[in-house]
Amino acid sequence: MPAVSKGDGMRGLAVFISDIRNCKSKEAEIKRINKELANIRSKFKGDKALDGYSKKKYVCKLLFIFLLGHDIDFGHMEAVNLLSSNRYTEKQIGYLFISVLVNSNSELIRLINNAIKNDLASRNPTFMGLALHCIANVGSREMAEAFAGEVPKILVAGDTMDSVKQSAALCLLRLYRTSPDLVPMGDWTSRVVHLLNDQHLGVVTAATSLITTLAQKNPEEFKTSVSLAVSRLSRIVTSASTDLQDYTYYFVPAPWLSVKLLRLLQCYPPPDPAVRGRLTECLETILNKAQEPPKSKKVQHSNAKNAVLFEAISLIIHHDSEPNLLVRACNQLGQFLQHRETNLRYLALESMCTLASSEFSHEAVKTHIDTVINALKTERDVSVRQRAVDLLYAMCDRSNAQQIVAEMLSYLETADYSIREEIVLKVAILAEKYAVDYAWYVDTILNLIRIAGDYVSEEVWYRVIQIVINRDDVQGYAAKTVFEALQAPACHENLVKVGGYILGEFGNLIAGDPRSSPLVQFNLLHSKFHLCSVPTRALLLSTYIKFVNLFPEVKTTIQDVLRSDSQLKNADVELQQRAVEYLRLSTVASTDILATVLEEMPPFPERESSILAKLKKKKGPSTVTDLEDTKRERSVDVNGGPEPVPASTSAASTPSPSADLLGLGAAPAAPAGPPPSSGGGLLVDVFSDSASAVAPLAPGSEDNFARFVCKNNGVLFENQLLQIGLKSEFRQNLGRMFIFYGNKTSTQFLNFTPALICPDDLQSHLNLQTKPVDPTVDGGAQVQQVVNIECVSDFTEAPVLNIQFRYGGTFQNVSVQLPITLNKFFQPTEMSSQDFFQRWKQLSNPQQEVQNIFKAKHPMDTEITKAKIIGFGSALLEEVDPNPANFVGAGIIHTKTTQIGCLLRLEPNLQAQMYRLTLRTSKETVSQRLCELLSQQF
Amino acid sequence: QAGGATQHSFPSAAATMQFMLLFSRQAKLRLQKWYVPLSDKEKKKTTRELAQTVLARKPKMCSFLEWRDLKIVYKRYASLYFCCAIEDQDNELITLEIIHRYVELLDKYFGSVCELDIFNLEKFLLAREVQETCKKNVLKAMEQADLLQEKTENVYHSKSFTGCKKAY
Repeated sequence: MPAVSKGDGMRGLAVFISDIRNCKSKEAEIKRINKELANIRSKFKGDKALDGYSKKKYVCKLLFIFLLGHDIDFGHMEAVNLLSSNRYTEKQIGYLFISVLVNSNSELIRLINNAIKNDLASRNPTFMGLALHCIANVGSREMAEAFAGEVPKILVAGDTMDSVKQSAALCLLRLYRTSPDLVPMGDWTSRVVHLLNDQHLGVVTAATSLITTLAQKNPEEFKTSVSLAVSRLSRIVTSASTDLQDYTYYFVPAPWLSVKLLRLLQCYPPPDPAVRGRLTECLETILNKAQEPPKSKKVQHSNAKNAVLFEAISLIIHHDSEPNLLVRACNQLGQFLQHRETNLRYLALESMCTLASSEFSHEAVKTHIDTVINALKTERDVSVRQRAVDLLYAMCDRSNAQQIVAEMLSYLETADYSIREEIVLKVAILAEKYAVDYAWYVDTILNLIRIAGDYVSEEVWYRVIQIVINRDDVQGYAAKTVFEALQAPACHENLVKVGGYILGEFGNLIAGDPRSSPLVQFNLLHSKFHLCSVPTRALLLSTYIKFVNLFPEVKTTIQDVLRSDSQLKNADVELQQRAVEYLRLSTVASTDILATVLEEMPPFPERESSILAKLKKKKGPSTVTDLEDTKRERSVDVNGGPEPVPASTSAASTPSPSADLLGLGAAPAAPAGPPPSSGGGLLVDVFSDSASAVAPLAPGSEDNFARFVCKNNGVLFENQLLQIGLKSEFRQNLGRMFIFYGNKTSTQFLNFTPALICPDDLQSHLNLQTKPVDPTVDGGAQVQQVVNIECVSDFTEAPVLNIQFRYGGTFQNVSVQLPITLNKFFQPTEMSSQDFFQRWKQLSNPQQEVQNIFKAKHPMDTEITKAKIIGFGSALLEEVDPNPANFVGAGIIHTKTTQIGCLLRLEPNLQAQMYRLTLRTSKETVSQRLCELLSQQF
Repeated sequence: QAGGATQHSFPSAAATMQFMLLFSRQAKLRLQKWYVPLSDKEKKKTTRELAQTVLARKPKMCSFLEWRDLKIVYKRYASLYFCCAIEDQDNELITLEIIHRYVELLDKYFGSVCELDIFNLEKFLLAREVQETCKKNVLKAMEQADLLQEKTENVYHSKSFTGCKKAY
């Protein structure tokens, strides 16, 4: 403590400290401390008034004793007295004691506040600074009540010294964080925003932190900060490395301030075109600088420079609106993937994960697959390998799933124990999600069990069984594969579980082969029986009784096993009961009854993959949703609706014998398909909220709407209060959309009522069903609404989503178009060149063709165009058009009443920056609408 | 969480520190500063866990760790480890440089690091935020404070404090 140490030595304190240091044992130290405490107590209680110096010395000793880890229960009053001293060191020790040892003794707080008030009014910048730091350190509600009004005044007063302004800004920030309700916005806010223009960069730095936090909750008040922040940033990034003098850190101009400004900009959507242009320039400059040779070899230089770069990249990703910048960001990160600094490799892998979920950069991220795989194999640091696993998971799609899954599997053999379970979950999810060939899926899961059986959770092996049961094309293969896997002399118990279950259901499919005859199957399973735990044995007993039904020829063998003492008299109640009941069942029931009771399991209802739910739980929802969203492909999985179903473990997953065997009602067959279109469901009532008028469409809503034509997931709307995210999936003429309403504030939304509004003539074409959501949305919380969609016939207009709620006493009303467009009901159709042109000619009736010639609104990039056409829903047909620069697509629009074949052709003209789009379908309105929708995209 | 790429809807102020710890290679805590309210028990547990994790890491490993739902940024200076906890969306590299500037300031002003000194560095870091990044200004503020002190008696050097956390 230099204030004590330099020039103000307190001899008594020095002696005391050196005594403590010389203590030979803990006991001696405690003894010395107790002696000192008694001494101080008597001094404080004594009749003689102590002078400031003595008070300071004793308070300082108490503080020192406290810092050694002992409790202090007196001296507060003396410390408070020191606050009113005019000597700096006395005041400072007083404040130090209060900051460290304050309690909510209300009597004391009043005195402290009084002293602080005097110091704030003292116009002595050092005293003001001490007082502000004390408020910022304590930050209690009482202090907020006393000073929340005063601090803003100090902050914006014209004659306040710069250093005091800085402290005042952060002091106010602290008060706002603890008691936002006590810091009312007022005239001062606009003046605080102008601190971004302040001459003194230290003031700007402190003010930017304050504004960033305030702007999150009071966006309107601070919206002018966007253009000021951009100007400031622009001045910093274009300055020469010495312009900012003291604020240049290892040749990087004001890195802290730059990072803070970039972060402030993340609070707002991309700004208006003029400001946006300047911001884009700044971001480009930052990206350009990354390519310049370093100005210093010191790691501080590169860290500071890259801190700004990574912050810029995260702003680019956050805005997700400039394809050029996104691709540049991706290239930059690609360079870092191979950087010799471990830190940069780590951060590049991490940032790329978020880039992988942007439409614009997903493909660019994928090009780095080999580097990432290599990182998985060669990185020496497990936290870096973990990031590589995350990135592989994020960049996975149908095109690379087999490779990625194979690499993850091979990594799993040597992976660190701490991350094995997560890798197992990821592999299981990817294998399921991108399984074109379910044999591959079954192989993958069995490999998982073989390599990392201990880390394969119940969810994973339940899931493989659910999938095998729901897909009859894979059942025979699954039976054969598990049978072969079980041949291994030592196999994991999880494999015995899966094997037992699958053979019990589908063993008959391989029983024709004498090498896997019923008896062989039974003997194989039974050879594992004694090595297994009770739950697995219980499962195997159920398999045996299923065998009795499937294979009458092994009935007596199985009855003998069930009848043996080790089963019938087993100490475990569950096993004993199963043995008794199954034996009885096999004896008394007729073949018909057996066949009914032991019938094959009905398909499982569609539901969210339970493993996905588990990964979400493990990693927090955001990570997983991100990854989910990357995928442009339509989900064709049997299972995989993203909705968590409360009953997460199905009847078949629990080892309860009755549910297992009977499967009556417990797991009813609910085939994938349309939700009931009428009946008990709450149909959306357009006029249910007739009392309040519907708001006009939110600005920018059109743009956002267009962005969703070629994608299904993303943020539909965002203002400073509310974020609306969408996830949707479509299959044939049906769809399901999950709408996520996020409350961005810390205050509850009340009477929260989202309503779907179909214009009159849309209602007969499109069926929407949803349930109302909870009318209260807590601060920071998110609620979800599911909309079931049925396309009855082709349509043009889009439904409107109107949201009304109360926020802090004001009524909010937001309307946005819901991006349910005709192309969502596309099924891609692959066809040969010959077929294509034959059909093209067949659709030559002038009403069937619609053509549009238009100017390119975005850079004409082949890969992006391809991705958009695929995202639009049609198949992209390669090598069909004689001109390779052209794009050709085909698909079928599914409606409830009819199916409409569609062909499209897009001819770019790079020189003129124009496109010609031609649509041919059997229905004029469809051609018209699809042409409109797709034209907006380029 | 809503879907979509742009879902970091609650940006914090880039590098808001949750706490900062300084411990030796023997896992002895030398300095702590908590910016979030935690019980003593919780603080002890956190310190123990982190010291264990960080000390187990090898020299060339990266300076960032995921720990619970926070990010840990650490750096070694001689036999001392500086260890900062920041939030998920915060900037790791700038935090690394906060540590460095902190060390520079400690070095410049005190000559060596002392347990009590951290209170005087509010000029640099206050209420979890970087207040003043210019080294000269921070030092100036601190020296001005010193000038206000009365000159008395003999000079008591801060180094005396350094060893005050004794290990028994």
